[in-house]
Amino acid sequence: MALLEVENLHIAVSVGGVLQPVVRGISFTVDDNETLGIVGESGCGKSMTSLAIMGLLEGTPVRITDGSIRYDGTELLQLSSKQRRAIMGNRMAMIFQEPMTSLNPVYRIGDQIIESLRQHKSISKKAARARAIELLDLVRIPNPSERVDSFPHQMSGGQRQRVMIAMALSCDPKLLIADEPTTALDVTVQKEVLELMSDLQERTGTAIIIISHDLGVIAETCDKVSVMYRGKIVEAGTTENLFERLAHPYTRGLLNSIPVVDHDVEWLEAIPGRVPTLGEELSGCAFHPRCPIATGLCIAKTPGDTYIAGNHAVKCHYADQVAS
Amino acid sequence: MTEAILSIRDLKTHFQTQAAGFLGEKKVIKAVDGVSFDIAPGEVLSLVGESGCGKSTVGRTLTHLEKSTAGQALFDGQDILTLSPAQFRPLRRDIQMIFQDPFASLNPRLTIEQTLGEPLFIHGLAKNWAEARVLIAETLDLVGMAPEVMTRHPHEFSGGQRQRIGIARVMILKPKLVIADEAVSALDVSIQAQVLNLIKKLQRDSGISMLFISHDLGVVRHISDRVAVMYQGEIVEMGTKHEIFENPQHAYTRKLLSAIPRIKTRQVNA
Repeated sequence: MALLEVENLHIAVSVGGVLQPVVRGISFTVDDNETLGIVGESGCGKSMTSLAIMGLLEGTPVRITDGSIRYDGTELLQLSSKQRRAIMGNRMAMIFQEPMTSLNPVYRIGDQIIESLRQHKSISKKAARARAIELLDLVRIPNPSERVDSFPHQMSGGQRQRVMIAMALSCDPKLLIADEPTTALDVTVQKEVLELMSDLQERTGTAIIIISHDLGVIAETCDKVSVMYRGKIVEAGTTENLFERLAHPYTRGLLNSIPVVDHDVEWLEAIPGRVPTLGEELSGCAFHPRCPIATGLCIAKTPGDTYIAGNHAVKCHYADQVAS
Repeated sequence: MTEAILSIRDLKTHFQTQAAGFLGEKKVIKAVDGVSFDIAPGEVLSLVGESGCGKSTVGRTLTHLEKSTAGQALFDGQDILTLSPAQFRPLRRDIQMIFQDPFASLNPRLTIEQTLGEPLFIHGLAKNWAEARVLIAETLDLVGMAPEVMTRHPHEFSGGQRQRIGIARVMILKPKLVIADEAVSALDVSIQAQVLNLIKKLQRDSGISMLFISHDLGVVRHISDRVAVMYQGEIVEMGTKHEIFENPQHAYTRKLLSAIPRIKTRQVNA
């Protein structure tokens, strides 16, 4: 049994009373000491998945319509919101993309860390403050005993993101979900934040899910990868296996779309067309309108998983051909 | 060497911050502090650097969106920094800007036709709508969009399409210099590649000079002839694309290049 098991998860958003599917049956697992990367473009459902795991969809027009999310064997979707809150922020924590907007601007950062600590643990204010300073030191904020009294606006973007990580780590979570944790950061700061996260994992054994649109970030930090397109995981495997033999035309297209820094490319091999919109109905494989090798079969039939090597699974009728 | 179309010498743009509190001291932020470079006709020069390095301020100063503190910017032999708004107006046709956010840079209440027609009338390039529509249709075709979109509003388009419309609004004036500030940063990777290819093709075909401002080194390598690396308001290293990417001299350039996550795969752009 893995620490987190997501099985056949379906999520839909209610638009004018009609449920539009955004996540269409995805399954994955994450274990202690493991980092899973979920990669995809806007609207693919990757952020909805993380919000569903964290139980943050309540009160929104988004519904989980089917499937199961088990944490340490406990079915999260059947817990009351009170039971759920005891797990959220405590045993699983989340880092959001925008460190500017997810910190409260009118409270000192120390007080915000202390609040999350005291919410979940019965400790004195004094002990919580000491722990807050310790956490700021852990995420390498210089002069933590002074900076604990800083306001968010007195810190740089990278420092704010580190404060967010400190807050997420405050209760020693077993699972950390990072939704685009470095997208708002400069590359040099991004490197520091990613290194920090992997250091912390080495020390604490935390399971991590990194959600990102950046294949490079995923390739460098994750043990395994799931590529999402239009609500489905179209390719999944260990980072090594997957990048060794990309077997889905979408993953390939995504990789070839990235202008690289190490050599010259005259024209980028862009994926034609556009990312499908929410209400659009697409038969068969949802990637077929943009796929260079699509045939009648792809329009008619939804592909199941083809296994390339070990657990490297690909939803493409022509996976073997693409991989070779 | 051919005469530069834009020649910038010792450009400085400083900002005064509001005093912190009643008795606080005013501070001067030197966003751009002594920047010099030339852009030759048909050349693409990129300004690359991290947030706060002053790269966007350079572009905004050149288009009079910020006021320069010192220095010179010769465009076609004329110092554009000292011009009054009225004197600068006719030059706005020649110096055009592509912005980052395709959601914020188009007027939501105007149709695409109105958005693209407006600059034509302002600069006297069309006498009536019949003339304008011909030019609009031609330009839409150039950016890969059908003429039928003319009657539609920005909200009906995706981010990539909106950025194409933003590019059409620039190209319709046949400018001599385009300043592109993070023109593809807000787009999804697969769409970014399309728009990047489009910008590169339009630049090549028309021979427009371009100042390309970006934080993304991969994008910069793809589009530029020459690259200037900015750090804290100054250019720390400038050279041809190959000099910068294959043999970087400055420690900061090296740091930037080494910070980029790499993908190890056998199938790189096969």
